[in-house]
Amino acid sequence: MNSAVIVFPGSNCDRDLAEALRLVSGRAPAMVWHRESELPHGLDLIAVPGGFSYGDYLRSGAMAAQSPVMRAVKEAAEGGVMVLGICNGFQVLTEARLLPGALMRNAGIRFIGRDVALRVENGQSPFTARYDAGEEIVFPVAHHDGNYQADAETLDRLEGEGRVAFRYAGDVNGSARGIAGILNEAGNVLGLMPHPERMVEPAHGGEGGRRLFEGLLETVG
Amino acid sequence: MKVRVLVTLKNGVLDPQGKAIHHALEGLGFAGVNDVRAGKLIELDLADGTGDAEIEEMCRRLLANTVIENFRIERAEQAA
Repeated sequence: MNSAVIVFPGSNCDRDLAEALRLVSGRAPAMVWHRESELPHGLDLIAVPGGFSYGDYLRSGAMAAQSPVMRAVKEAAEGGVMVLGICNGFQVLTEARLLPGALMRNAGIRFIGRDVALRVENGQSPFTARYDAGEEIVFPVAHHDGNYQADAETLDRLEGEGRVAFRYAGDVNGSARGIAGILNEAGNVLGLMPHPERMVEPAHGGEGGRRLFEGLLETVG
Repeated sequence: MKVRVLVTLKNGVLDPQGKAIHHALEGLGFAGVNDVRAGKLIELDLADGTGDAEIEEMCRRLLANTVIENFRIERAEQAA
């Protein structure tokens, strides 16, 4: 699996994500700076990491979504390359309109940093192939703006098309219908607020996140 | 040419920040505050003759996230 991790000023989960990808695929990803207008050739996966890109100015992910590299990411996504956005990466993907909806300030206003239980809703996507639908897993969350919102019609469509990949087992941040992660229409773009890359080795307290990357590896070879 | 863009959350969208401000006002003893909604004010200094359509495009593409926010454009003479 050839992968790349996009790095914005203010990204802070880029190295964790790179390490998780290296651990699972045996290959270190290319680290691509936000000013690049082209991505390395032959990519199977583009990962957009967590952090506080551009200091969360204007809205979380809003500035990063306009950076030159995101135009290349959009094109690659349209061409079928897998795109994974975690935390701030999810915010960037919604701001870039690669995923519907928006991530607002947590309903309880506070930053939330703790392990949360999630339910896998769709076990068929390339990102969730190694999980069973209905299975409960635990990933850490660390976000201030994780409150997923979209209009009722969009939410119904996401649910009807099996595009809710992960749901919080209990209320965490006020997200509409408890949504923690969603897929795009084609199924090759996933955005989620919790951090699978922080659950990939025993020292992390669990390895439940590893299967997300293993599923991807299995899909793209 | 000075233009002000007011970005506000759409009706029905929960505004945790507004709620916290509301709560703090009550804590200060101000009675009769029915509701508080927080938004953003963005001031643009634009080349003379910049058209409404272009300013709207700026709002739609960057200044506001129209999934959750509304925007209102005020020209300086109106804003004064």
